[in-house]
Amino acid sequence: MDSSAIAKVIYDISALMAVSGIVLSFIRLIKGPTIADRAVSLDVMTIIAISIIVYIAAITGRIIYLDVALVYGLISFLGVVAIARYLERGF
Amino acid sequence: MSLIIIIFLGIIMIAAAVLALYLKNLVAAIISAGVISLLASVLYLFLAAPDVAMTEAAIGSGLTTIVFLLAFNKIRSDRED
Amino acid sequence: MMLAGALITFLGAAFLLLGSIGLLRMPDVYNRMQAGTKTSTLGSILFLIGIAVGFGFKVFIAKILILILFILITNPISSHTLARAAHFFGIELTESTVRDNLKEDEEGDR
Repeated sequence: MDSSAIAKVIYDISALMAVSGIVLSFIRLIKGPTIADRAVSLDVMTIIAISIIVYIAAITGRIIYLDVALVYGLISFLGVVAIARYLERGF
Repeated sequence: MSLIIIIFLGIIMIAAAVLALYLKNLVAAIISAGVISLLASVLYLFLAAPDVAMTEAAIGSGLTTIVFLLAFNKIRSDRED
Repeated sequence: MMLAGALITFLGAAFLLLGSIGLLRMPDVYNRMQAGTKTSTLGSILFLIGIAVGFGFKVFIAKILILILFILITNPISSHTLARAAHFFGIELTESTVRDNLKEDEEGDR
């Protein structure tokens, strides 16, 4: 078993750990007593989703998939900022 | 390996949809609908459709949340008057 | 080279998982924000650097560097705005917190 195959297995385990991070954050979104808890959970889930998109782009070898991650990195914080503005003074 | 990730993300997507139906707080339901768009974008990428995933990321996750919050705020202020 | 990238990616994924566990177990909105956003920023940046080291195409590395720049700019903005909004919305601190500087400043102004 050469080192490349071991590296592939470690990459797969890392992606599984990231997906279980999404699952744990979603449990906080179910339980969360206030709106701010749910907004923090949405923020963390967005960051982990960007990581998973880059992982998919790496293992399939298609560079154009990274554009989706770029769009996410630019746009994703607008939702959280809108929720925060709504909480503070209500648009 | 990608099959396991697709199954996990699909289960979370269905759970988020059910959660958006049953939550009493409407802003929390809007956040839950945003989670559906987020995971749908990742699933479109697994199905090899990057253009659809990009559109879903821009419109579903960014624009829809803001428009929903704007409309909800207008409804609430009309009711208070 | 690929093995080193895989180990860096594993470290980043461990940070992402620890951030989610902290999001689940902390007692308070502000502590959850601390655990969630800071740890996930470090974890995702390590994850992306590990992938860029392991799969070394040139365009790939450039796009990942731009993505890291975006994350470094946008993530502190959202977490700062959210913490400020949670404070002014009136969400209580937990009982074991000893000091609230923003509240003391507001009372000093009056």
